[in-house]
Amino acid sequence: MTIEIKNLNVYFNEKTKLQAVNNLSFNVKKGEIMGLVGESGCGKSLTSLSIMRLLGKNASLTGEINFLGENILNLSKKEMGSLRGKEISMIFQEPLTALNPLHRVGKQISEILKIHTSLSKKEIKVKTLDLMQEVNLKDLENTYKKFPHELSGGQRQRIIIAMAIACEPKLIIADEPTTALDVSTQAQIIDLLKEINNKKHNSLLFISHDLDLVGDLCHRIAIMYAGHIIEVIEDLKDAKHPYTKCLLDAIPNPLHKGNELYSIPGRVPTLAERESGCPFAGRCPIAKERCHKILPELLEREDRHLLRCLYV
Amino acid sequence: MIYFIKRICIMIFTLFLVSVISFSVFQIIPGDPALSKLGIEASQEQIDVLRTKLMLDKPLSTQYIHWAGNILKGDLGESIRFSRPIKELIGERIGVTLSLGIYAILIAVIVGIPLGILNAKYNDTKFGVCLSIFSQAGLAIPEFWLGIIFLIVFGIMFKLFSLKYIPFSQDPISHIRILTLPAFALAISRISVVARHMKNIILEEQEKDYVRTAYSKGLSMNKIYVFHILQNALIPTITIIGMLTAGVLGGAIVVEQVFNLPGIGTLLINGVTTRDIPLVQGIITYIASVVVIINFLIDILYRIIDPRISI
Amino acid sequence: MNKKIKDYNFIIGGGILIFLLLVMGVSFFYLPHSVTEINTGVKLSPPSSSYLLGTDNFGRDILSRLMKGSQTAFLVGIISVSIGCSIGVFLGAVSGYFGGRIDEIIMRIIDAMMAFPGILFALMFISVFGVGIENTMIAIGIMSIPTFARITRSGFLREKELEYIKAARVRGASNFRIIYHHILPNVISPIIVAATMSFSSAILAEAALSYLGLGVQAPNPSWGRMLSESQMYFMIAPWYTLAPGTMISLTVLALNMLGDFLRGYQRRQGKI
Repeated sequence: MTIEIKNLNVYFNEKTKLQAVNNLSFNVKKGEIMGLVGESGCGKSLTSLSIMRLLGKNASLTGEINFLGENILNLSKKEMGSLRGKEISMIFQEPLTALNPLHRVGKQISEILKIHTSLSKKEIKVKTLDLMQEVNLKDLENTYKKFPHELSGGQRQRIIIAMAIACEPKLIIADEPTTALDVSTQAQIIDLLKEINNKKHNSLLFISHDLDLVGDLCHRIAIMYAGHIIEVIEDLKDAKHPYTKCLLDAIPNPLHKGNELYSIPGRVPTLAERESGCPFAGRCPIAKERCHKILPELLEREDRHLLRCLYV
Repeated sequence: MIYFIKRICIMIFTLFLVSVISFSVFQIIPGDPALSKLGIEASQEQIDVLRTKLMLDKPLSTQYIHWAGNILKGDLGESIRFSRPIKELIGERIGVTLSLGIYAILIAVIVGIPLGILNAKYNDTKFGVCLSIFSQAGLAIPEFWLGIIFLIVFGIMFKLFSLKYIPFSQDPISHIRILTLPAFALAISRISVVARHMKNIILEEQEKDYVRTAYSKGLSMNKIYVFHILQNALIPTITIIGMLTAGVLGGAIVVEQVFNLPGIGTLLINGVTTRDIPLVQGIITYIASVVVIINFLIDILYRIIDPRISI
Repeated sequence: MNKKIKDYNFIIGGGILIFLLLVMGVSFFYLPHSVTEINTGVKLSPPSSSYLLGTDNFGRDILSRLMKGSQTAFLVGIISVSIGCSIGVFLGAVSGYFGGRIDEIIMRIIDAMMAFPGILFALMFISVFGVGIENTMIAIGIMSIPTFARITRSGFLREKELEYIKAARVRGASNFRIIYHHILPNVISPIIVAATMSFSSAILAEAALSYLGLGVQAPNPSWGRMLSESQMYFMIAPWYTLAPGTMISLTVLALNMLGDFLRGYQRRQGKI
């Protein structure tokens, strides 16, 4: 087990203690690509930032995050610093702002090697160019010298991926890495991530709101809603939870041309609006009265299929 | 390149407007300039001769062109009181004001930038609040009052700094000693400006994505400050220095008076008090033009340093 | 914690300002001593129970003169800010709303005006029109036009693209109505901050000009002039210099703090 999250709670604001992530538990195995899907505001990004411990000052965490058996929530700043970039790395959503606009991109990749390895300057340069080749960048020497604003979105994301794989981390977290890219570049980046996973057998936590994309790439998918995981499946076809099924129905289907697009009535509740009971009860098509009172447990139904629902 | 040329054109046009403002304001003065120069005793003939010489009988636009043309040639006219070319008068005194100005800006930058960084780092602590309040106080104190206090306390009472001006060429160390008190008087409020600007910029940069990326790479907070944030924060600071220059020139006018330094400021005050209109006009046009040119240079410098912008 | 700083600004700044306004208000009705009566017997005496801040070189009570001086300071502040604000906001609104050529021209003129640093513009004005309180107020007022013009202009540039303005146009609202009724109220907030800051700049500018003898003339009281009068007596009567200087600093400090608070408050409201 590369990473195991147990009962993670993320709170904001000392006084009101708004809870963004509720009793979250899941794990990712070695070499597994795990998808974390949900609408905006469900807490998926927060979960990933919690693993990296990059949350702001006004957030507080409880629970356990066991990375390779060790609870990293107990690590000191320094210890966490040596973990980040080396054992766990992250790919961000918006590659332009994620890179320092004043540094050349080659230097930004070299930086991570400088922090975590004791290679010489020359060796670092060689390794950087290797990495750039691995992520399928062309014209390496010239690209090395460029500034972020001189590259295309796809190129920038590749630079970030190169940074993420530089030290051969056990876990890579990709937070919506393709959302800011156009569709064809999206496909290339997804293929690249698959390729890397095949070669290096790293665990990949892939966060997205795009079910299609996740279905294609991931070995397992966890679906989140309003701070809770409500289903974990290996194949979207097996989805049983009403929310997951609604999401699948909402994907536009060319065969249904001419019909109205389906969308789930209502909207995701804000942190302050969350009530007791099942988080989805307010919008669920099959909700009963019990659903508003009791929060269902996340139980393993069949083989590795986890579900949080009273009536399915 | 196109932007560069555009900026030069704008600068030239602004200089033109500055000269128009300068010229026009002084045309409003009631009375006959020739008469005021020669005095009431002068004969009509003498007045007429001078009027022709000064082109007072020609239309305003001609007078302006003549005046502006002279300025472009470097001739700023002649002072009534001193009966000397204004160019010379300025030339004698510009060194003082320049030294004072540069000294003050240096202090403001050298003290202000680290102060701003500290303020940003300790932003949410009591120490940070104290620094902020000091900053506020620095901005509120009139610089000439500060000058008076410095002058009397450190110059006269404790005799730490001498008060007679010595040019740089004669004795560099004494020169710097002389200018220290007035430079600090000028610098105090500017230190606050620089510190506050740095603090705001750094706090803004801290929230940016590339800082988060740097953390995710495993960099420590201090290293992030030095290698990532500072560079990004220093570039906009260059524009602040441009603003400082204008303010320092304005402030120097009064502070020179306090310390009785033979600079352009005291010359200007002299001119205003004695109603030496050509002198006042000449100095003001000169200073305003310098400000425009310096702002232009700062703008170009900014564009050269920031790789995201092409000249 | 940031909130605490903002509160600090409001509490200290507001507190000092209220105190100063009280002092000024009282000064209209009551002054401890005469402001003009010369009493060489008690000249340059240190602070005491009858002369709370001591006396000047003519034996006049410094506290009374300070209180009277506050009237001048506020008067200069209000008039000059009014001049700068009315003309500046007008220019900025026209410039920002109509854009194009008018915008270019007005902005170039504003830039040219900003090239005259500090009190240079005021000195130019005063050398032409002469010294005195009226000219001081007008000169300082003109000096503050660029600030108001710029802030108003950027506000207008921002607002004019928004949906509610397009809706108003579609309803047939005239340009004047849009500017005055719709956009201006939404742009008022940063203008108020600018007004507060300009007020404090005006007080500093008047002090400097009066110190040089080119601003407010006798018999009108002025903190700045008191500073120049007191300079030669600093060694034997430091209170004479410290009193007006402190008053100026406190007033400017209070105004700046309030301005900062307002700015932070608006930012928290979403730059409305």
